Amino acid sequence: MNLASTNTATNNVVEVKEVCLDFHTKDGVVKALSNVDLSINAGEFVSFIGPSGCGKTTLMRVLADLEKPTSGSVLVNGMSPAEARKQRAYGYVFQAPALLPWRTVQDNVLLPLEIMGYNKDQRQKLAQEYLQLVSLSGFEAKYPWQLSGGMQQRVSIARALSVEPQLLFMDEPFGALDEITRDHLNDQLLRLWQQTKKTVVFVTHSIPEAVFLSSRIVVMSPRPGRIIDIIDCNLPADRTLDIRESPEFLAIAQRVRAGLAAGHNYDD
Amino acid sequence: MNSSSMLHRLSSSCGLALLLSLLALTLPWAASSAETMGVNAWQHLDWLILLLTVALCALAGLTLVNQLLPRAFLVTALTLIALWQVTSVVKHAELAGQTQFGFWSLVIAIGLCVWASMKFLATIRLFGNKAQGFINLMIPALLGAWFISLWELAAIGFAIPHVLLPAPSVVGEAIVSSIPTLAADFNQTVIKAVIPGFLLGNFVGFSVAVVADKIPFLRRGLLPVGNLVSAIPIVGIAPIMVMWFGFDWQSKVAVVVIMTFFPMLVNTIAGLGESDAMEKDLLRSYGATYWQSFFKLRLPNALPFVFNALKINSTLALIGAIVAEFFGTPIVGMGFRISTEVGRMNIEMVWASIAVAALAGSTFYGVLALLERRVTFWHASFRKAHH
Amino acid sequence: MTTSIGRKPSSTIPVVTVILAIIMIWYAGAINLNSPQIIDRYEKKGIDWSFTQLATDSWNMKRAVLPSPHQILAELKTTIIDKNVTSKRSLVFHAGITLSSTLLGFVLGAGLGISLAVGIVYVETLDKSLMPWIITSQTIPILALAPMVIVVFGAMGISGLLPKALISMYLCFFPVAVGMVKGLRSPQPMLVDLLNTYSASKWQVFWRLRLPSAVPFLFASLKVAIALSLVGAIVAELPTGGQAGLGARLLSGSYYGQTNLIWASLIVAAVMSASLVSILGIIERKVCYRLAGGQEISNEL
Repeated sequence: MNLASTNTATNNVVEVKEVCLDFHTKDGVVKALSNVDLSINAGEFVSFIGPSGCGKTTLMRVLADLEKPTSGSVLVNGMSPAEARKQRAYGYVFQAPALLPWRTVQDNVLLPLEIMGYNKDQRQKLAQEYLQLVSLSGFEAKYPWQLSGGMQQRVSIARALSVEPQLLFMDEPFGALDEITRDHLNDQLLRLWQQTKKTVVFVTHSIPEAVFLSSRIVVMSPRPGRIIDIIDCNLPADRTLDIRESPEFLAIAQRVRAGLAAGHNYDD
Repeated sequence: MNSSSMLHRLSSSCGLALLLSLLALTLPWAASSAETMGVNAWQHLDWLILLLTVALCALAGLTLVNQLLPRAFLVTALTLIALWQVTSVVKHAELAGQTQFGFWSLVIAIGLCVWASMKFLATIRLFGNKAQGFINLMIPALLGAWFISLWELAAIGFAIPHVLLPAPSVVGEAIVSSIPTLAADFNQTVIKAVIPGFLLGNFVGFSVAVVADKIPFLRRGLLPVGNLVSAIPIVGIAPIMVMWFGFDWQSKVAVVVIMTFFPMLVNTIAGLGESDAMEKDLLRSYGATYWQSFFKLRLPNALPFVFNALKINSTLALIGAIVAEFFGTPIVGMGFRISTEVGRMNIEMVWASIAVAALAGSTFYGVLALLERRVTFWHASFRKAHH
Repeated sequence: MTTSIGRKPSSTIPVVTVILAIIMIWYAGAINLNSPQIIDRYEKKGIDWSFTQLATDSWNMKRAVLPSPHQILAELKTTIIDKNVTSKRSLVFHAGITLSSTLLGFVLGAGLGISLAVGIVYVETLDKSLMPWIITSQTIPILALAPMVIVVFGAMGISGLLPKALISMYLCFFPVAVGMVKGLRSPQPMLVDLLNTYSASKWQVFWRLRLPSAVPFLFASLKVAIALSLVGAIVAELPTGGQAGLGARLLSGSYYGQTNLIWASLIVAAVMSASLVSILGIIERKVCYRLAGGQEISNEL
């Protein structure tokens, strides 16, 4: 680890080398990740896509130091994931909103700011700012369980953004939402990424979502969990949802689909 | 549910009540030594008025079928008036201890009216929490009033000896005439023993749970032991505590502390483990310290469990103190009063003590339940009330 | 979800450690509580004493304030193994009496609790009128009633099993009623709707959906109830003036300062309670195993 942390000359935000991760379950060892290599540059929007069990969420959890790899090396901002986490280098959006029910919308957004020791004025200002960004001004005093699923997920995005991390991990953040809400949030997320130039790592199992949002798509496959293709995806910056009908969009989507099909062993 | 069939059933209990009050008009109400026929309702004006009230009540329930609110309120009001009348009529010299079928068929008719009013009230859906809350209180209150009246009627109507079952009115008189004694007992048992023991036992239980939560080895050792202990009859420890700490309140506090300790321990440990994996990951992703995630995540999540323990313990504490007093006490205290008055066959005083204990117990519980509602309003079990 | 499913560490070592710690604290406590009397005795007789002597004497003191574990074990041996089962000094005899009223009270209480629960789930009027009283009934320190119930029944010429069982029953019915109401209401509305699309009758919904869903809730509350039932039986035996049953042994132990007897009775009560609860646990596993179509259901939270 010490050796590795000296070569931080590149602008790689994430550097993954030969990472393996095994889970020990009752039914034996599951190879969740097998020899994964990946680097992500600053300002990229990278999606991990693949069927369930391919290790896309596990890979992201390894980057966020929520899971320890069995072997291999991982660097986040040139540090070990644990150091990066302690330096509060990233924001994380989970599959579910994970809002604390005893806190109001505003207080939920304040939570990371309190923990990270921001002063009171800064806390109020940041919370206001990011709630506005996700169009939730006016809902500050509501409790999460009084909001719809889409609104709850927007609160959790505001919460992740409020500490202004340069790196954002999003684990199927829109997976549980209906398609109309999902389209709308996809559009908002794209604008947000373009405005803030953050590095985003995004887990999804929706091909159109991945192609629409990403600058690079990492296609993964299960048993063992591994990367089978990395697809560049440079659609115009001013794209709107309509681009999903265009030939270049469909071509990329076709390549992702082909990758997924190739990696799929039809034994289940 | 089919509304027309429901209305049909609703009127049936009122119809039966009407029939029974007609029956009550013809059957004798009391045995009489002078006449072989017995005494009938038409021979006393207040009996007749009572009969009329019940008949009117049943009639209102039968006729005002489509007026939901007026029907419910009219039937309820008339039922309450009938209950009040019948408990005073039964004290009549000719009735007490001599009741006959006529009287009891009217009592059954009143019971049917009570059932009908509860049923009518239960179908009411009001906007506004306060009004609906009042209705929701009225329904069990009616059942309680019916139960107490029935007890009064049985005790007086059959002239049951006081030693077996004193009428509520007799118990009420006992309460009023011995307020100083009951107050002294309350002070000895509740103020000196239950409350300090409850506070101390819960505090110690909670603190040990927090320590055990921090040290997994201790938690894994204490939890099974705690679960085992909560299954055993800890009240049995009372004679030992009385031996150790003497007859006065100290031994009762000790019993209460031991009884309340384990439920609090087990519940708090369970509650502190309640936060789900995603919530814990969230706090971990912020690089939160142990105490940050304790105060901001795990303690709030544990609160419903803590309140559960507090509510269980409120009853346990009273039981512990009272039972400990059975094993020895200075000549004051609720447990002492109950055991000595039982010995003297002064049963109305026993009931008076039990009534005070019941009132203390339910007030204690009620205060905790209200506090729980305020503090854990966000919990799934309370959310409905806030929508 | 991709969380690691590691094997749960066994609890045996921590539990044994905690129990050993309790025993050690117990012995230390025995010295602490018994030594004043022993030192008194030494001083009256003018004997020189050492700490080891004080310790041995306080661990083997007769009528100790806190008898040491081995004294309690010895008391258990004499009152369980050495005494004839029919003897009035045998704890087995007294435990049997307590057990019979515990079981009768449990059966009555569980029956009452289940019937109330069915009524409450199916009749809205009962739900609204009775449920608040069921909850209030438990805030009343019912055990305070025990002496009176026993004496009043005695005055009517009814004594022995039934009055004790009635007190147990009162303690039992509440957890069963509340747990069963919860259980009968536990099926998802979607499943109820599914049966309604088959136009199932109320009773078909009850037997095929509500009752099976309520079984885990029922067993959880039955386990609480049987422990309460034993408490009720023991407390109900107190006012009989030390005639029969574990409660009576507790009382006579406290009258005559026989602390060994009190602890021995308490331990018998604890073992009885734990066994009753675990027997229900075994039945629960069997029943749930069958309900789940032969799949093991994990009991862990």
